[in-house]
Amino acid sequence: MSALEKTPETTAESRTPLMTLAGVSQVFDTKAGPIRAVDNIDLSVNPGEVLCLVGESGSGKTTAARMAAGLARPTDGKVEFAGNDIWSMNRSDFGRFRRGVQYVHQDPYASLNPTRTILQTITAPLLKHRVVKGNKAAADKAAELLTKVDLTPPENYLPKFPHQLSGGQRQRVSVARALTLDPKLIIADESTSMLDVSIRISVLAMLGRLRDDLGVGFLFITHDLAIAKYFGWNGKTAVMYLGRIVEFGPTPKIINAPTHPYTRALIDAIPEPDPDLTKTKGRESLRSLEIPSLAHLPSGCSFHPRCPLFEDGLCDGEVPQLVEIRPGQSAACHVVARDGAGEVRPDEPVA
Amino acid sequence: MVTTTPSGKTSTATARAVRGGEGKPLLSIRDFKVEYRTGGGATVQAVRGVDLDLYPGESLALVGESGCGKTTFGLGLLRLLPRLGHASGKVIFNRGDGTEIDILGLDGRDLREFRWRDAAMVFQGAMNAFNPVLKIRAHMHDTMRAHTKATRQEIEDRAGELLRLVRLEPERVMDCYPHELSGGMRQRVLIAMSLLLEPEVLILDEPTTALDILTQRSIVDVLHEVRERLGFSMIFISHDLSLAAELADRVATMYAGRLVETGGVRDLFYRPRHPYTLGLIKAVPPIVGDLPDLESIPGGPPSLAALPKGCTFNPRCKFATDECREAEPDLLPVTDEPGSAHDVACIHWKDVHLDREVPNQDLGTAS
Ligand SMILES: Nc1ncnc2c1ncn2[C@@H]1O[C@H](COP(=O)(O)OP(=O)(O)OP(=O)(O)O)[C@@H](O)[C@H]1O
Ligand SMILES: Nc1ncnc2c1ncn2[C@@H]1O[C@H](COP(=O)(O)OP(=O)(O)OP(=O)(O)O)[C@@H](O)[C@H]1O
Ligand code: SF4
Ligand SMILES: [Mg+2]
Ligand SMILES: [Mg+2]
Repeated sequence: MSALEKTPETTAESRTPLMTLAGVSQVFDTKAGPIRAVDNIDLSVNPGEVLCLVGESGSGKTTAARMAAGLARPTDGKVEFAGNDIWSMNRSDFGRFRRGVQYVHQDPYASLNPTRTILQTITAPLLKHRVVKGNKAAADKAAELLTKVDLTPPENYLPKFPHQLSGGQRQRVSVARALTLDPKLIIADESTSMLDVSIRISVLAMLGRLRDDLGVGFLFITHDLAIAKYFGWNGKTAVMYLGRIVEFGPTPKIINAPTHPYTRALIDAIPEPDPDLTKTKGRESLRSLEIPSLAHLPSGCSFHPRCPLFEDGLCDGEVPQLVEIRPGQSAACHVVARDGAGEVRPDEPVA
Repeated sequence: MVTTTPSGKTSTATARAVRGGEGKPLLSIRDFKVEYRTGGGATVQAVRGVDLDLYPGESLALVGESGCGKTTFGLGLLRLLPRLGHASGKVIFNRGDGTEIDILGLDGRDLREFRWRDAAMVFQGAMNAFNPVLKIRAHMHDTMRAHTKATRQEIEDRAGELLRLVRLEPERVMDCYPHELSGGMRQRVLIAMSLLLEPEVLILDEPTTALDILTQRSIVDVLHEVRERLGFSMIFISHDLSLAAELADRVATMYAGRLVETGGVRDLFYRPRHPYTLGLIKAVPPIVGDLPDLESIPGGPPSLAALPKGCTFNPRCKFATDECREAEPDLLPVTDEPGSAHDVACIHWKDVHLDREVPNQDLGTAS
């Protein structure tokens, strides 16, 4: 794939974040009343950087991602692309933004048009946006893109329909299609969740090469912290709970030295692929298994009814703000903000 | 609460899990096959000759990639295949009283009695398949009444006891409609329901897939607990190796409809001897520690309609030689240590070793 490589973004450009969400909220009107699916979050992604957004189902990851992609307009707050508010851009700048930010969906089965061949799927945006002129050039470009996503030799895949491909191959086609317009940022929403382990790693490795060789930034959404760890190790991770960011920091710290009780609970809960380790891993029990409804959020810290550190009168009062707990690592927890995160656990490499 | 003490000493459940272990196997499966008719007179074989023993109290994990035949195997064992599916071979169930039942020969009443009473299954995705207009109470009563003469009060008591065992409050849950419960709660209700008739064998198909991490954890803990209390045997089907590491005494790896490796959970995870098991283990990212060094298995599983000649894994296998493309290897013991059972279907098993690279310490400081 060396022939296709490009020089990464210049350093000057990497100063301005590619994408910024500033105080962004999304309120939905539902039968149960208005719900804040995303509540006042701040995030930014730099060129070539990975920002992982993790959290359980319903925490607001997709809602946040759709706002970042310009697919939904925030109720409050600003979404900026390369420093410009996307909702006050003129048409042509907005068009440039939409081409620069590509969304890759979770479900490779649903996201490709079943009646189009892979060639048609990939050449359509190329021709529509005049990236290349003429069918021959478009087909050549399509072959080049398939090579980038490891579908080689491309002639074997171009004439096929989606149903003739495996899940992993379809997901690669979705990525190739996202690459047609030379994006600066890929928003990958659970893009590998439906794939088998063995295939997932090769898709992630392929995405990793786009990140490293082409300097593409990633907003990488997953409920699987082990996958966030693997793909986002050199980047940052934000942990969401019921619409809010509860912990943020460099990925190795979030994984190996989490401070927020919710992040700790998540990491502890994950079984390890090692029988001795997984059975001896320390686990603190939560006070409740039930996830509160967004329509009736608990007062104060919305994790308080489940939290092992809960303190009456403190945690159910104010909503805790994200504050720095360790250099570069912040958490939204009253108790941790007051007492610190305590001892670094013995199994943690000090990151 | 788990079957292994922190020191790594194994408890009775594991000790029983070995081949020729304590007493007779509960389930003895020989040359078990399942075919599906696919139209135009064509058939595909989704399970292609499985030999397996399940011992009393044992927890066996069946792992493998999507489409390798795990669900088909489970459905076939309990004679729950769709109409176009057909099972053959021999499956013997040993009732505690010494009677042996040939499952594939059962029909009518006997078959109904076997299901639920001797063996029950929690289906893949079943937590989304409750009858939406019936309350949990009605589901419990219908199940019990279909198979026993229990009185109303007996059913209430039994259901209450099991719901508490899976950490649900019967007073609250019994009067709920399925949609009023979360996915994790529905899954726990299903586990409770499957245990109503005290089966000896419980088959769980992807019991935690599609559930959130904390919910998954609660299901895993519940399974540890109920098994400890009730002592049934369990076959659980999962594509998640970490779950197998946590819940299984013994693991069977399935590939293209056959078992390619079976062994104790520690043997399989620390000393895998089939390149496919090795590949799966190397592809799973651990959560603790530094950046893992992972590898994928190239390619994908073969189509059942066009299986590669010889070892079906050979096109993806880095140990493959010409010999691998000739005949399909049998599942054979790789250890003669007494009390230990580890079987592998690979002619090059002696060359297969798991050696994890020492993680790079420097990476831990990246920020
Ligand atoms: N269009 C909508 N109208 C009303 N509610 C919505 C809408 N879209 C999302 N929600 C709600 O907002 C919350 C956040 O949903 P979102 O899809 O962002 O979560 P998620 O973190 O992506 O979850 P998952 O891991 O299940 O994909 C949920 O409670 C969801 O039901
Ligand atoms: N009713 C059917 N008719 C024909 N083929 C079938 C039928 N059901 C399953 N198959 C095929 O049998 C094979 C095994 O399927 P099965 O569902 O048992 O796999 P699995 O290991 O449970 O996969 P997953 O992890 O995706 O649940 C697959 O190739 C599948 O396409
Ligand atoms: S028999 Fe050959 S092809 Fe099959 S797994 Fe072993 S080495 Fe690989
Ligand atoms: Mg989502
Ligand atoms: Mg299945």
